[in-house]
Amino acid sequence: MKIGHRRRFGRLGAITAALAASSLILAGCGGSGGDNGSAGSGAKASPQALDAALKKGGTITYWSWTPSAEAQVKAFTDEYPNVKVNYVNAGTGNDHYKKLQNAIKAGSGAPDVAQIEYQALPQFALPGSLVDLSAYGLDSLESDYTPSTWAAVHVGDGLYGLPQDSGPMAMFYNKDVFDKYHLTVPKTWDEYIAVAKKLHQADPTKFITDDPGDPGFATSMIWQAGGKPFTTDGKKVTINFQDDGSKKWTSVWNQLVGDGSIGQIAGWTDEWYKALGDGTIATMNIGAWMPGVFESSVPGGAGKWRVAPMPTYDGQPATAENGGSTESVLKQSKNPALAAAFVRWLNNGNGIKPFLEKGGFPATVKDLNDPSFVNKPDPYFGGQPVNQVLTAAAKSVVPGWSYLPYELYANNIFGDTVGKSYLAKSDLNAGLESWQNALVKYGNEQGFEVNK
Amino acid sequence: MTVIQEGTVTAGNVVSARRTRKVAAGISPLRPRKSRLLTGLMLLYLVYTLVPLVWLVISATKTQSDLLSTSGLQFGHDFALFSNIKETLTYRNGIFLRWLGNTLLYVVVGAGGATLLATVAGYGLAKYRFPGRRVVFAVVLGAIAIPNTALAVPTFLMFSDMGLTNTVWAIIVPSLVSPFGLYLMWVYAEQAVPQELLEAARIDGAGEFRIFWTVSLRLLAPGIVTVLLFAVVSTWNNYFLPLIMLSKPNLYPLTVGLTQWSNQAQGAGADPIYNLVITGSLLTIVPLVVVFFLLQRFWQSGLSAGSVKQ
Amino acid sequence: MSALHTVSNRRRWWSHREIRGWAFVAPFLVVFALVFLAPIGYAFYLSLYREQAFFGGNTFVGAANYVDVVTDARFWDGAVRVLEFFAIQVPIMLGLALVAALAIDSGRLRAPRTFRLVIFLPYAVPGVVAVLLWGYLYGTNFGLAGDVNDLLGTAIRPLSERWMLTSIVNIVTWEFVGYNMLIFYSALRTVPEDLYEAAALDGAGPLRTVFSVKIPAIRGAIVIATIFSIIGSFQLFNEPNILRNLAPNLIDTHYTPNMYAYNLSFGGQQYNYSATVAIVMGVITAIIAYVVQLRGSREAL
Repeated sequence: MKIGHRRRFGRLGAITAALAASSLILAGCGGSGGDNGSAGSGAKASPQALDAALKKGGTITYWSWTPSAEAQVKAFTDEYPNVKVNYVNAGTGNDHYKKLQNAIKAGSGAPDVAQIEYQALPQFALPGSLVDLSAYGLDSLESDYTPSTWAAVHVGDGLYGLPQDSGPMAMFYNKDVFDKYHLTVPKTWDEYIAVAKKLHQADPTKFITDDPGDPGFATSMIWQAGGKPFTTDGKKVTINFQDDGSKKWTSVWNQLVGDGSIGQIAGWTDEWYKALGDGTIATMNIGAWMPGVFESSVPGGAGKWRVAPMPTYDGQPATAENGGSTESVLKQSKNPALAAAFVRWLNNGNGIKPFLEKGGFPATVKDLNDPSFVNKPDPYFGGQPVNQVLTAAAKSVVPGWSYLPYELYANNIFGDTVGKSYLAKSDLNAGLESWQNALVKYGNEQGFEVNK
Repeated sequence: MTVIQEGTVTAGNVVSARRTRKVAAGISPLRPRKSRLLTGLMLLYLVYTLVPLVWLVISATKTQSDLLSTSGLQFGHDFALFSNIKETLTYRNGIFLRWLGNTLLYVVVGAGGATLLATVAGYGLAKYRFPGRRVVFAVVLGAIAIPNTALAVPTFLMFSDMGLTNTVWAIIVPSLVSPFGLYLMWVYAEQAVPQELLEAARIDGAGEFRIFWTVSLRLLAPGIVTVLLFAVVSTWNNYFLPLIMLSKPNLYPLTVGLTQWSNQAQGAGADPIYNLVITGSLLTIVPLVVVFFLLQRFWQSGLSAGSVKQ
Repeated sequence: MSALHTVSNRRRWWSHREIRGWAFVAPFLVVFALVFLAPIGYAFYLSLYREQAFFGGNTFVGAANYVDVVTDARFWDGAVRVLEFFAIQVPIMLGLALVAALAIDSGRLRAPRTFRLVIFLPYAVPGVVAVLLWGYLYGTNFGLAGDVNDLLGTAIRPLSERWMLTSIVNIVTWEFVGYNMLIFYSALRTVPEDLYEAAALDGAGPLRTVFSVKIPAIRGAIVIATIFSIIGSFQLFNEPNILRNLAPNLIDTHYTPNMYAYNLSFGGQQYNYSATVAIVMGVITAIIAYVVQLRGSREAL
C-alpha cells in the first residue's frame, strides 16, 4: 500500500500548498486602512474650482439616508443639468458607516459625497479619508452657521463638511399628564427631580422621562452641564468623566435612576412610541428634530404635547446638541471639486429649502431667524409655535464641546459599561469610570496617546 | 398478512389480542388509526408556533397609525391589508419588486447551484471510499465551525480585490456552498442508495456518472427536496453577507431592503413606514410557502421499492 | 500466478473506481475553497498581526493575540453562556423536532401535511421583522407578555436578566424545530417499508417500532442535526443581536463569542483580535462537534 499512501499525501500536499499560496497572496493584497491618497482630477483646489466644476459637469455618487435627499438631488440636477448625481441610500447610521469603512479599507467603492453625523466625523477625518474643504474656500462661510454646528464640522484645524442640520435639545412634555397631576413645568433640575418624585408617587406606572441608557443622551447631558470629558490634539487624547460637568449630571441623574422614576423602555421601539402616546412617559429631553417623529409615529399624543426649554442647573438657558449631520467629500472621489460644489449647494445653497420642507431643523443662522419658520404654529403641539423654543435653544448651546476620535466605538460599548449601572440602578459614576477605562485602553491600543 | 391465532407465542413475542383483531380486520400496522391524543398534543405545539405568525398577519392589515396605537393581536380600526400591499409594491417606484426579482435570481441560481453541488458531492462522499475522504469531512466541519462574522471583512476585501463587490456574483458565489446540504446529502445517500444497487448497475456496464443520474438520483429525491428547500429558504433570507457586499440598493435582496426600510422608520428624520416593513415581510414569506407546497409531493416517494431483493 | 494477478487487478480496479469519488466532490470543494478556506486563511493571517485602526502600522505579534483571547474574561463570559444555552436548548429543540417528525410520519396524525407546513414556517420568517415581532411578544407594557402577566397575575419580564436566556432559548426553539423536524422527517421517508413489515411480523407495537426501527434507521440524520445544532448554538448571534435593540444594557457587545467577534470587527475595527476570537471559538466548536460525530456514528466517516 506504499503507492496509495504516497498518492494520498501527494494530493493533500498539493491542495495545502495551493491554499497556503492563495492565503499569502491575499495577505499581500489586503489593504491597510487609512489614507488612500487623493485620486484628484488634477484641478487645483481653490474657490474658483467649485464653480468651474459645476459648469463642466460630471457624475458623482451621494450616500445619504435623510428623507429629503431624493428631493434635494432632483432640485440640484434640475439646476445643473450637466451634473449627474447617483443617489444611494446605503443604509442608516451604523450600517452606512460599516459600508463606508469597508470601502475605505478596500481602497475603492466609496462614494464622492457621504452623509456623516457630527459624532462620527472625527472617526473618518482623522485617518485622512476625507477632503479638507478649506482648500475650496468654504472656511469663509463661518458666519452662516451656529457656533456649535460650525465647531462640529471641524476636526483639528481642518474643515470636513458644512453643517446640514442641528439638534439643540429642549424639553418636550405631555401637558395632559402635567395638568392631571398638577405639575408645574420645571426650569431647573432640582425642580425636575421634585416633579419626578411627585409624578411617580401619584402613579407608579408613569415616568418623568425615559432613559434606558443611551450614549448620545449621556454625552449631551454632560455637555449641557458644562462638562468637557473629551479633548483631542492630534494623537493626544484626554478622557475624563470625573470633571465638574459629569459630576453635576450624575448627581441629578443618579437620583432619578435610583428611585425608579425613570422609565427604561428601549427607544425607537413599538413600546416606546406607545408609551409616548398614552402618557406613560411625561417628558423627553431630546433634539429639535423630535416634532417630526411625534407627528409620524406617535398618533396617540396629538394635541397633548408641548415644548419648553430644557431645565438647567442654575436656571440660566443652556442646552446641548443631540444629533445632526453634515456631508463630506471622500478622498477616494475622482472629482472632489464637483463633490465639494455639491456639498456647498446642499448646505449653503438651494439645497436648504427642500431640506426644511421635509421637516429638517436648520443649522443656518438665517433660517433659524426667519420669522415664518420661527412663528409657525404646530397643530400636533396644540398650535404652539414650537420653533420659538427650539431656535432659542439653538442659540444657547454650551460652547466648547468635542467628541472622541473614536466616538462610534465608544457608543458601541456604552451598554457594556455605563449601561450596567442603569441596569443595577446604581451609581452612574462607577459606570462612567468603567467606560473611561475601556476607552483609554482602546485609544492607546489604536495608536493614540490617551491620558498620558 | 397471515392471521395469527390469539395467544400464540411466536419467536418469543406474545401477540396481543388487539393486534390480532386489527390484523384480521385488514387494518395493517402500516396504516394505523388516527390518534386523537397525538393530534391534541401536536395541536398545542401548533398554537405555540402560530401565535407570532398570527401577529404578523394581523399587523399586516393595520395602517401605520393603528400599528403604533393598537394592541398586537387585535385588529385595528381599518382593514388595510390590500392598501398596505399596494403601497409596499409601489413605494419608491416599486423598488420592492426589484428586490423581489433580485432575490429570485439569487435563489434560483444560488440555491439551485448549492443543491446541485451538495448533492453530487454528498453522494460522492457516501458511496465512494476514496483516499482523503476523512480529510474532506474534517476540513469542511472545521471551516463551518468558525463564526462567519469575523470572516465577513476578509471575504469583502477578497471580493473587492477581484472586483466582485456590488455585483450579483458577490451574493451568488458564497451561496453556492452549503456545507449543511453536503452533510445532509451524505447521510441520505448512505441510507437511501443501497450499495447492491450500484453493484448491480456496474455489472450491467454503466459508468459512474450514468449510474448516479439514472439510478441514484431518484432514490435521493426526498433528501434533495429537503436540501433544496433549506437552500431556498436560507438564500432567500440571506442577510449578513449581502449587507456587507452591496451598497447599490437596486441589487439588494428583500432582506436587506426591508431592513433598510425598517431603519428608515427610526431616528431623527424618520419615515413612517413600519406598515411597509411588516407587509413586506409577510409578502416575503408567501413565495417560500409556495415552494414548500410544490416540493412536498417528493417526500411521498423515495422508497427503493423492489429494485433489489434482500 | 493467476491468483496474484487477479488480486492486484482487483485492487487497482477498486482504487480506480473509488477515485472517481473525487470527481463528484471536486466542484463543491473548488467553490468551498474560494468562499471558506481563502477567507479563513486570511483571517488566520490577520490573527498573527496587530494593526492600528487609525494610524496603520501592521506589526507581527505571533501568538500574542491568542494569549489575549484565552485570558480575556469577556470572551469566556460569552463562551460559558453559549455552552449553557447549548445544554438547555439543543435537547429541547431536537426532542421536539424528533417527536414532531415521528408524529407526522406515523400516519396517526390528522392533517399531517398542515402540521408539516406550519411547523416549518417559523424558519421562513425573515430576521428583519423579528425585532418588531419579539418586541411585541416580550413587551411588558403594551405587549403580549404584559397581557399574559395581567391574566395570570404574574410579573415575568422576559427581557430581564433572570429570563433573558430562557427568552432566547424560546426564540431559537420556535425558529428551528421545523428545520430539524424536516431533516428527521425526510430521513424517515427513506426508510424502506420492508423494515416496518418485518417489525410488524415480529409483533412490535407502534412505540416499539419507533424505538427499534425508526430512530435507529435515522441515526445518521440525528447525529448530523446534533452537530449542526452544536455549531449553531456556539455561533449564536442573530437572536441576541435582535434583542440587543430591546435590552441594550443586558445584551452587551460580548454576550456571545460571535457577537464579540462582530463588534470587534464592526464596532472597533479591531480586525486582528476579531479574527483571533473567531478562530479560537471555531476550534473549540470543531473539537466538540468532531467528538460528537465520532461517538454518534459507529461507522467511521
